[in-house]
Amino acid sequence: MSDTNADVEPTDESTQEATGERTFEAAEYADGSVSYPPHPVGPGGAERVGTVDLREREARVVTWTTSTATPPGVRAPNTLAIVEFEMGPEYDGPPVRALGGIAADPADPDGEAFDVVIGDRVEPVYVDELREPGAGIREPESQAWDGFRFRPVE
Amino acid sequence: MERVAIVGASMTRFGQRDAWVRELLAEAGEAALSDAGIAGDDLDHLYVSNMASGEFEGQTGVPNALAHDLAATPAYTARIDQTSSSGGAGVYAAWQSVASGASDLTMLVGGEKMTHRSTAEATDVIASLTHPVEYKHGVTLPSFAGLTARLYLDEYDAPRESLGKVAVKNHANGVDNPHAQFRKEVDLETVLESPVVADPLRLYDFCPITDGSAALVLCPESVAEEYVDGDDYAVITGIGGATDTHVVHERADPTTMGGVVDSSEIAYDMAGIGPDDVDVAELHDMFTILEFLQSEDLGFFEKGEGWKAVEEGVTDRDGELPINTSGGLKSKGHPLGASGVAQVYEIYKQVTEDAGPRQVEADTGLACNVGGFGNCVTTAILEGSQ
Repeated sequence: MSDTNADVEPTDESTQEATGERTFEAAEYADGSVSYPPHPVGPGGAERVGTVDLREREARVVTWTTSTATPPGVRAPNTLAIVEFEMGPEYDGPPVRALGGIAADPADPDGEAFDVVIGDRVEPVYVDELREPGAGIREPESQAWDGFRFRPVE
Repeated sequence: MERVAIVGASMTRFGQRDAWVRELLAEAGEAALSDAGIAGDDLDHLYVSNMASGEFEGQTGVPNALAHDLAATPAYTARIDQTSSSGGAGVYAAWQSVASGASDLTMLVGGEKMTHRSTAEATDVIASLTHPVEYKHGVTLPSFAGLTARLYLDEYDAPRESLGKVAVKNHANGVDNPHAQFRKEVDLETVLESPVVADPLRLYDFCPITDGSAALVLCPESVAEEYVDGDDYAVITGIGGATDTHVVHERADPTTMGGVVDSSEIAYDMAGIGPDDVDVAELHDMFTILEFLQSEDLGFFEKGEGWKAVEEGVTDRDGELPINTSGGLKSKGHPLGASGVAQVYEIYKQVTEDAGPRQVEADTGLACNVGGFGNCVTTAILEGSQ
């Protein structure tokens, strides 16, 4: 871990196993930058040195859309957002963002997603199957299908 | 390095076609050979631009099949896949083959057969270019457009109507293109009231799903007049290609397409010109928002000002810088592997003064072909021979 990232905690895999919870895995590189998704090499060619769990971090909505023409195995409508994580005052790398769905609002009678606007604060919420594996063209075994959507912070 | 000329070109009718990919490629290929006055066995190299014939149709090895169908054996063949910019990447490969001296006569044929698939299936084939962490959320290329359009409108205080005006303009241009999928004008109200596809974008902000093919014949400029009259060829004076991350949210500014900036800088340098010297351009308007982003990232307009040019009529056919005189992908259609080739076809027609009712005054034209959502880009600059 770089000492410029005191605010960034490494993943504790033993805790992950104990709770059965999944991590929102981003990569940390030797130059202190963090990226999601993780890449073998960082933005400036820096070596990957660790993992950062974004699960407990808040983010802000950069932009969003509601897609009505969705591919096989995907919910319709599908509200998606690009969010930017709050990485703390010590972090000075490039913005850490993710694209993900907006979570279903449990209070909505049709189970539709929460309403969001640009600038809203959101937090990750784990979903064990974001899209039906095998319904689309991609080989089901080639990738994970669980992950995190986002819901507004109360 | 040899200067490379285009001495023949063709395109099929774009739209919903009964023909399969092999037949579409052969139709455009045969017409381009005829246009250049050559036979298949005159070719040294034969390239096919195609994104996904295996995924769409269960047909691979299309360049080999085409070489046989056109009696072009034993020409060297290769398939060029660079997703939606397969056509532009094919232009680059064909240009390289001649510029390097490896080939004295090259044909490029781009084509795709898509309409036999449902919209959902075709959308999924295209979305398979996304990163696994995006694909699992069901992201599509249209949803990237919706995300980016909202950000653009918010950041640059642009009115929603300005996006609709891109569709209105390009549909008006397509009326005069006999190859276009849609030859019908639309009004702004129709665009703005069409069904939502990826909020804030609606149906008329998107190009259709299309079958079609287009082809070009290239040779060294030094021998161009062996094939055509001196004023009937165009020269590729600049060409560049560049890649940006396919993970759109990782871009420093999601409203800037780095691949467009970088590929056009290379092309301008090679041609020895700047954006102000371009008289006509074909841009990759797979979605209306992309015309704004490219027109800015190519240096035609300041960042955040591309929408004003459309509002002011600057990019109309009779404007200062006509954009998408062919009707663009928006009205002409977007058979993935064919599109970048068809863009250069239009610029070739414009700079050789053969564009019929679409003709504008143009010595220098530019074609910008975008793969993914700006993931991989080629920019080509053509100048007339006279």
